[in-house]
Amino acid sequence: MNFALSDEQEFLREAARGALARHKTIEAAREALENPEGLPDLWPMAVEAGWPGMLVAEDRGGAGLGAFDALLVAEECGRVLASVPLLGALPASAILDAAGDESLEEVAAGSLRPAYLPARPPDDLGSGWTVQARAGVGRAAAPRIAADGTVDGEVAFVLDAPGAGLLVVVGLDDDGSPAAAAVPADGAGVAIEALTRYDATRSLGHVALAGARGRRLDVGADVLADAWYLAQALIAAESLGAVASCLEMSVAYAKERFTFGRPIGSYQAIKHELTEVLRRLENARGLQYYAGWARESKPEEFALAASAARLAAGGALDFAARANINVHGGIGATWEHDAPLFFRRAQLSRRLLGGTHDAADRVAERMLAGAAA
Amino acid sequence: MDLNDSPEQAEYRARVRSWLSEHKREAPARNGSYEDMAYVDSRRTWQRRLAEAGLAGVTWPKEYGGQGLGPIEQVTVNQEISNAGVPGILDVIGIGMLGPCLIAHGSEEQKSRHLGPMLHGDEVWCQLFSEPGAGSDLAAVQTRARQGDDGSWTLNGQKVWTTNAQFASYGLLLARTDADVPKHKGLTMFVVPMDATGVTVRGLRQISGEAEFNEVFFDDVVLGEEAVVGGVGNGWGTALTVLMFERLTIGFGSEHFGSPTRLAETIAADPDARRDPLIREALGEIITELLAVRFNGYRALTMLARGQIPGPEAGLAKVTMVNAGIRAADLGTDVVGPDALIEDSEWSYLTSFLPGLKSAGGTEQILRNTIGERVLGLPPEPRLDKGIPFSELRAKEKEAVGR
Repeated sequence: MNFALSDEQEFLREAARGALARHKTIEAAREALENPEGLPDLWPMAVEAGWPGMLVAEDRGGAGLGAFDALLVAEECGRVLASVPLLGALPASAILDAAGDESLEEVAAGSLRPAYLPARPPDDLGSGWTVQARAGVGRAAAPRIAADGTVDGEVAFVLDAPGAGLLVVVGLDDDGSPAAAAVPADGAGVAIEALTRYDATRSLGHVALAGARGRRLDVGADVLADAWYLAQALIAAESLGAVASCLEMSVAYAKERFTFGRPIGSYQAIKHELTEVLRRLENARGLQYYAGWARESKPEEFALAASAARLAAGGALDFAARANINVHGGIGATWEHDAPLFFRRAQLSRRLLGGTHDAADRVAERMLAGAAA
Repeated sequence: MDLNDSPEQAEYRARVRSWLSEHKREAPARNGSYEDMAYVDSRRTWQRRLAEAGLAGVTWPKEYGGQGLGPIEQVTVNQEISNAGVPGILDVIGIGMLGPCLIAHGSEEQKSRHLGPMLHGDEVWCQLFSEPGAGSDLAAVQTRARQGDDGSWTLNGQKVWTTNAQFASYGLLLARTDADVPKHKGLTMFVVPMDATGVTVRGLRQISGEAEFNEVFFDDVVLGEEAVVGGVGNGWGTALTVLMFERLTIGFGSEHFGSPTRLAETIAADPDARRDPLIREALGEIITELLAVRFNGYRALTMLARGQIPGPEAGLAKVTMVNAGIRAADLGTDVVGPDALIEDSEWSYLTSFLPGLKSAGGTEQILRNTIGERVLGLPPEPRLDKGIPFSELRAKEKEAVGR
């Protein structure tokens, strides 16, 4: 039994925190609200830190680290709202690695940045492989991937798509079986419509593929499902980091702000709300450990673990971001304050990649599948 | 990061498993009523067998009959007992909380007289702390012990929420010995024989109709000088030792109130429930909370195994577990319908049992205060009782509310 960070993992986390601290990411997040193009490009920093190749095997030029390590880095990025395009790159790199794709050395070195076009695995109620639609609660059909690698279809709200060099598309082949293709982003038939939504630090794009030429990736459905759940775990970790920041800000303010002759943190109304943030933070952290551990040591539980982590962390960040505004009072709801930046992160994040409601349904599905009816 | 046993732990687990598989035929039923003395006696006998096999008092020092092992081995034993489908020890409170307190604070005479019979189930113990007027604010106990000229003590007062008092041989009791000093300072811990003249035990029926707890009354109960544990006036520190062990016992004794598997099976068995998005979402949320408790438990256990004591934030696991259990019982009842509330239903028991559990081992609100102050470092609420002699406190309280 050893359920704690190793010395190497502590070091990785501290190194990530140190690298991110050299960039004024929170200030950049506020400036981006008025000028989205002004967001600093943090990819060179990620490349210098070796993050693009974290999940690529060592003999293919990567660092051969585990999901647990990638989650620690994502958590640190979330803590300071840094727009490092790892949520697009890391699941893509995992699929490319499993396929032994020719792009791997460039991907691991960071000279070619991939983006993952996610498709959700089938559920127990009859839905097949689906992708996010442009609007509404319904899911859209996954792209069609022909035997020669030609791709047709559309995926909405793809994380980190603008500026990516290689699109890793998950879809269905001519037989309706799950398939994947690597499509150069600058090829004919590829259109990426860059979007800025409520959280300006979040790079998003609608990706349309019309006869786009790619190469088929030789991977099974298990790898494609793994990529979906890896993306769930990564956005959970990123949210968890933001929860920790919200809690630090709220606690600091609750100690220094006085009303009726007392620091507001002495009132149970405030104290209990902040303890609830801590409770949710700790629960999300336990589940992040579960997800990181399961992907390496118990892959059959990774879908359950990553979905639970996603649900807990998404809910924790919504609660923490609102509590942060409440504790600060009126000032917390003003443009000048940092609290709204975290609130914006919370509101958009929990609606991407299928959303937290879908994560709850995946947890239920796993439990129901395991129950003898 | 791994959840596997080390080779030594695996060997220990195999030994425990092999003993249990060999002897589980001798075990009584896992569940029975503690109001049924024949069942209680069968559990005493089973505890003796476990103790002889080294499966009780796993973390007690060897000199007191324990195994001198760590928390990991204790958890291993708990897991194997649970997997074998047999009950564990009868006297969880004695062996888990009161025995360790005697080991820490008791006299040599107390240790040599009491620890052996406690470990073997010959003498079960109960915890006489809470009172009708002292629950969350435990230091407000009013049970009074007065010392006579001959050195003996005379006890008067009432305790409540006393598990196992109906068959306990001894109790560890927190009493006020000096009312003229501030409330935390005038307390003393005593060993009380439950068959002493003047001790009355009365069952306390709860929502379910069962009496899982008792009220205990003390009328001029006389104790000798040797009944004091940890010194006169040191009762609060001694009580804190018990409460620390209580946190560990609750934290690692009970992974779920309301089995997640039973809930999933109940939903899976109903085709309409299985497809209902609201039921599925609620199930997903409940399971997520229970999984978080389990994996945070592994984190806490790792700390323990490294010699670190988990802080008060371990109390958050209790808050999560009880509230998730309440939601689970509610959802199970929704799915089954009104028949879930008939007396023998598993959902009915949980529905009745869990509301009270919110207050057990510290109310949710007190836990949140403690965690907010000790973990987050938030300032405490102002309080009226600091530095005021206990005997003047009531008057101050009345004055504060203008009466």
